Amino acid sequence: MIEVEHLTKAYNGRKAVDDISFRVEKGEILGFLGPNGAGKTTTMRILTCYMPATDGTARVAGFDVFENSLEVRKRIGYLPENPPLYPEMTVQSYLHFVAKIKGTPSAQRKTQVEDAMDRCSITDVRDRIIGKLSKGYKQRVGLAQSLLNNPEVLILDEPTIGLDPKQIFEVRSLIKNLAGTHTVILSTHILPEVSMTCNRVVIINDGRLIAIDTPQGLANQQKGAERIALLIEGPREAVRQKLASIPGVMSVQAEAGSDAQPAGFTVECKLNTDLRRDIANAVVTQGWGLLELRGVSMSLEDVFINLVTKEEV
Amino acid sequence: MQNVLAIWQREMKAYFVSPIAYVVLTLWLLLSGLFFYAILTNVIQSTMMQSQFGPGSQPVDVPGIVTRGFFGTMSVVLLFMIPMLTMGLFAEEKKRGTMELLLTTPVGHLHAMMGKFLASTTFLLIMLAGTWVTISALFKYGQPDWKPILGAYLGLLLYGEGLLAAGLFISTLTENQIVSGVITFGVSLVLWLIDSFSSGASGAAKDVLSYLSVIGHLDDFIKGVIDTTHVIFYLSFAFVGLFLTYRSLESMRWRS
Repeated sequence: MIEVEHLTKAYNGRKAVDDISFRVEKGEILGFLGPNGAGKTTTMRILTCYMPATDGTARVAGFDVFENSLEVRKRIGYLPENPPLYPEMTVQSYLHFVAKIKGTPSAQRKTQVEDAMDRCSITDVRDRIIGKLSKGYKQRVGLAQSLLNNPEVLILDEPTIGLDPKQIFEVRSLIKNLAGTHTVILSTHILPEVSMTCNRVVIINDGRLIAIDTPQGLANQQKGAERIALLIEGPREAVRQKLASIPGVMSVQAEAGSDAQPAGFTVECKLNTDLRRDIANAVVTQGWGLLELRGVSMSLEDVFINLVTKEEV
Repeated sequence: MQNVLAIWQREMKAYFVSPIAYVVLTLWLLLSGLFFYAILTNVIQSTMMQSQFGPGSQPVDVPGIVTRGFFGTMSVVLLFMIPMLTMGLFAEEKKRGTMELLLTTPVGHLHAMMGKFLASTTFLLIMLAGTWVTISALFKYGQPDWKPILGAYLGLLLYGEGLLAAGLFISTLTENQIVSGVITFGVSLVLWLIDSFSSGASGAAKDVLSYLSVIGHLDDFIKGVIDTTHVIFYLSFAFVGLFLTYRSLESMRWRS
C-alpha cells in the first residue's frame, strides 16, 4: 500500500531524511519510532504530499506522491504533529468543513461526521468552540478530522500526545480497530504504544533507518542473553556463589542490603537456555526461601536505547 | 468548485466571528458618513457664496461634485482598510498549522487561493454596498447623474480587487498577521504616493509613474467614463497579485 524507496530530504545541505526505504502492506499498522528530530515528521510530510522529497520516491496506493499528488491526497487521512484546527469554529462545523474539502458527497457528510465524532468520543463537545477545548479534546478533534471520508491510508503524527491515560487507551484501541481495513503509519516516542498497537516497527535515528521488524522480532534480535529475576530469602553471599556455580549461568548480580531482608538477584544465562528449573532446585535444596522467580524479556525501551546509542558510537 | 466554495464559506464565517469585520465595517460606514457630510456642506457653502456674487453665474452640479469628492476620498480610506481584510488570510493558516490541512487534502493551492480571494472580494462588496446609505440621500433630495456613480462603484471594485490580490500575496510571506498587514499598508501607501511623485516628474518617468498610480486610474471611472485601459490596468494588477500568491504558495512546499 505504501512503498518508500531511497527517500532523502535535505534542508540546506543537512539531511533530515537519509535514504530510507520500507514498505507497508494493506491493513498493516506501522510504528515510526525515533528520538525527537530523527526525521519522523519529515517522512510523514513527504508521504502526505505536504513537501517534496529531495531524492527517492514514495508511492501511496500505487500513486507517486509527487507525480500524482491529487490521487494520493484523496486517499489519505493525516493528523499532523499540531492538530490543524480553526480555533473560532465549533467542533461540528469544523468537521463538516473538512469533510467538504475532502470531497465527501453531501449526502454522506452528516453520517461521516457523526461517526468520526463517535469514534473519537467527542460527541459531547460538538457545539463547543475549538479554541476553548482542552488539549486532549483538541487532539481528538484532530484525529476525528483524519478519519473523515474514510481514507485507505492514515498517517498519524504522535496521535496520543496530550491525552490522559484513559484517552490514550481509547485512542490505541481505536487505532487497533482500524487495522485490516486501513493502512496506518503512526509515529510516537512512547515505546509501549508501539508494542501494543503496531504490527511492525521502523526505528529511525538521525534521518537513517536503523531497524525494521515486528516488536517481538526486534526484542529477540537485540537480546544478548536470557535474564532471570529472583527474590530470595537467605545469606546474600552464599546465595550469590551458589547461583554462579550453576552450569550455564554467565553472571549474577545481587541487590545491596542486609541479610535479614529478602534480596533481589538478576541472573544472566546463555541464550536459548532455560535455567529456571535448575535455579529453583538449587535454592530450595539449600533451604532458602524462593519468593519470586521470573524471566525478564528485553523491553522495547532497551532495544531502542541499544540501537540508538549503538548508532552514535 | 466545491472546494473553492467551502473555503469561501469558512473564510466569510471567520470574518464575522472575529472583531475585524465589525471594526472595519463600522469605521468604514462612519467615515463614509462623515466625509459625505463634510463634502456636502462644503459644496453647498461654496455654491451659496458663488450665487451671492451675481445672477450671471453658471448653474452648479451639486450632486456631481459631491459624488466625485466622496468617491475620491473613499478610495483613499479603502487603502487603509484593505490590509485589515487580507492580513490574516494566509498568515493565520500558516501560524495555526492549518496550511498543512489544506495542502494535504484535495484542496491544493489554487482552490485555497481562489476561495480566499473570493471571500475578501465579497467583503469588499459588502463595504461598497454600505456606502449606498449615504449616496441614496443624493437620490432622495436631487437628481444626480447615475452614470458617474455606477462608474465609481465599478472603479472602486476593480481597484479594491487589485489591492486585495496584493495583500493576499503579502500574507503568504509571513506567519505574523500584523507584519503582513503593515507591509500591505506600506505597499498601498507607496502605490498611492506614486500619484504625487508623477506630478513632479517629467518626460518618460512621468508617463511610467502616472501609469503605475493606482488611484490615478480611478479618476475616469468617477467621472462616469469606463475606459478599457483602466479596466485592463486593474485586472492585470489583480492578476499579477494572484499569480505571485500562487507561486509563493507553491514555493512554500519547497522552503518549509
